[in-house]
Amino acid sequence: MKLLRAILLRLATMSVTLIGAAVVVFFVIRVVPGNPIAMMLPPGASEEDIARLTAHYGLDKTILEQFWIWLTGVFHGDFGTSISLRQPVMPLVLGRLPATLELAIFALVIAVVIGGAMALTGVRHRETRTETAIDVANGVGLSIPDFLWALILIVLFGVLMPVFHISGRISPSLDLPFVTQFYVFESIVRLRFDLWWDLLKHMFMPALALAIPLAAIISQLLKQSLKETMHLDYVTLSRTKGYSENHVILSEALPNAVLPTLTLIGVQFTFLIGGTVIIERLFSYEGLGNMAIDAVINRDLPLIQGIVIVFALLFTIINLVVDMTYALLNPRLRHA
Amino acid sequence: MLDGRGSIKRRLGARLWLSGTWLGVMALLALFAPMISPHDPLAQDLFAGRLPPFWMNGSDPAYLLGTDSLGRDVLSRLIHGARIAFSVALVAGLATAIVGSMLGLLAGYMRGWVDVLISRLVDIWMAFPPVLFAILLIAVLGTGLTSIIIAIVVIDWTRFCRVVRAEAMNQSAMDYVSSAIVAGRPRRDILWREILPNVLPTIVALLTLEMGIAVIVEAILSFVNLSISTDAPTWGGMIAEGRTSIYQAWWVLAFPLAVLFLTVLSFSQFGEGLKDRFDPVLR
Repeated sequence: MKLLRAILLRLATMSVTLIGAAVVVFFVIRVVPGNPIAMMLPPGASEEDIARLTAHYGLDKTILEQFWIWLTGVFHGDFGTSISLRQPVMPLVLGRLPATLELAIFALVIAVVIGGAMALTGVRHRETRTETAIDVANGVGLSIPDFLWALILIVLFGVLMPVFHISGRISPSLDLPFVTQFYVFESIVRLRFDLWWDLLKHMFMPALALAIPLAAIISQLLKQSLKETMHLDYVTLSRTKGYSENHVILSEALPNAVLPTLTLIGVQFTFLIGGTVIIERLFSYEGLGNMAIDAVINRDLPLIQGIVIVFALLFTIINLVVDMTYALLNPRLRHA
Repeated sequence: MLDGRGSIKRRLGARLWLSGTWLGVMALLALFAPMISPHDPLAQDLFAGRLPPFWMNGSDPAYLLGTDSLGRDVLSRLIHGARIAFSVALVAGLATAIVGSMLGLLAGYMRGWVDVLISRLVDIWMAFPPVLFAILLIAVLGTGLTSIIIAIVVIDWTRFCRVVRAEAMNQSAMDYVSSAIVAGRPRRDILWREILPNVLPTIVALLTLEMGIAVIVEAILSFVNLSISTDAPTWGGMIAEGRTSIYQAWWVLAFPLAVLFLTVLSFSQFGEGLKDRFDPVLR
């Protein structure tokens, strides 16, 4: 009963957040100077044409009326029509979302692998130069945001040692058999590993740039929790039983130390997704973030709204999932 | 044990010194930019375009770090860029710190509906991707230095608000606050004279971090072409320029990138160093 109440409360605050986000965006972007309709018509269009099209997109009504029309549309799954691309917003956004999700998930995997490996190495060789080196690397990784890492990677591995692609999602010369937008996933299902490899080679640089700060955070926190756990009695006991240090760290300490890191990863994952906006721009990766920047530049109000709401929905869902996983995994909260 | 603490202390000292020195040098360059810089940062010389830095073949000793595609001196642009970067860092950082900390203190100390309102607002703000939010705001406010500073404050106040709120709640639960209440001190007095001084170290550490972030935000906005003006010598603008000619003249991108890297790293290490300095356990 308590759990149900907690979940309902959570859903209520979630919807308040989402509606709040919708209101903020809706009103902020309507203060934008520049008439989006005039921008889409060829120069020399008559006043009547502009007025007619303005009415067509409902932009002649008051802001409150516009908001009401938009909100009722949203509840029917209709997010309006993009002004610059002249297509319904929802299919456009859903067409780009998979590219962004694949990039973000790939980045998350890289971050967990690098961060986890660094934390384990640091604990295995604690109080040595190796640990100091890892601490320094964590410090640098944490201080520098993804935008700068991306540029550094572009200079290093795109220009000075060109080993990875630094532009696009897939080589344009390839024939694409895909029916969904989840290219990486679909290429595996279709056993087209040539395409899969090409996708990965394109994704690696942007994903790594997104992953480095998160890897540093994971490494730092996991190493700290592991070191704390290593002092506990049960770990000492298994060590006196004669288990190797590697076994003690991996099988005894890790399962108990990993929980705080998992929660943190969840929260940080939303920041990582937020980072995709500029990273996609830098690498000309055709995801939602890149589309968002174009939408702002083109003053495409319905498209901006749709994208922001999708991002906000994504963030709140991730936070909800993280909280619920935490409640399930933490034995102390399970019966609360 | 004592030994370990000694080595940690030495490492912290070095960190503060190194980052402080870099920031100091940059601040001096920013302050005296017109006197130091060898050329006018906006002066174009189309016959001296894309000259390489001094150690490479074909360089001109008049342009130590080379020139960009319009023949503008990279070194002079870097020095003048420090001016813009440090102005944004200082003004935007301080303004964000003041706005965010105020709201955080109010929420953490007053609790009740004030707290609910402010916390809900923070939740809503956290639902936006910050870069997208920044670009949107610049589209609304128009380009220019003031718009960038306003955008940074509007987006990043939550960073201070969340931390200061939690800290203010911790402090409010402490005995010295209870005794101040028992002593009949007015609430406003307690907030300003008891709680704020104890939260201040946290705010200062966050502030240096925020200064680094402000420099990055300016660079990102320049990159999307929404910063000050395409001509102005900003580090971000130089990076955006360099990105387009990266295969012909890598130095146009590499030098501002290196300076930006070291500056952001220094801001954050300086903040971390200060935080540890304030930490009574390590002191």
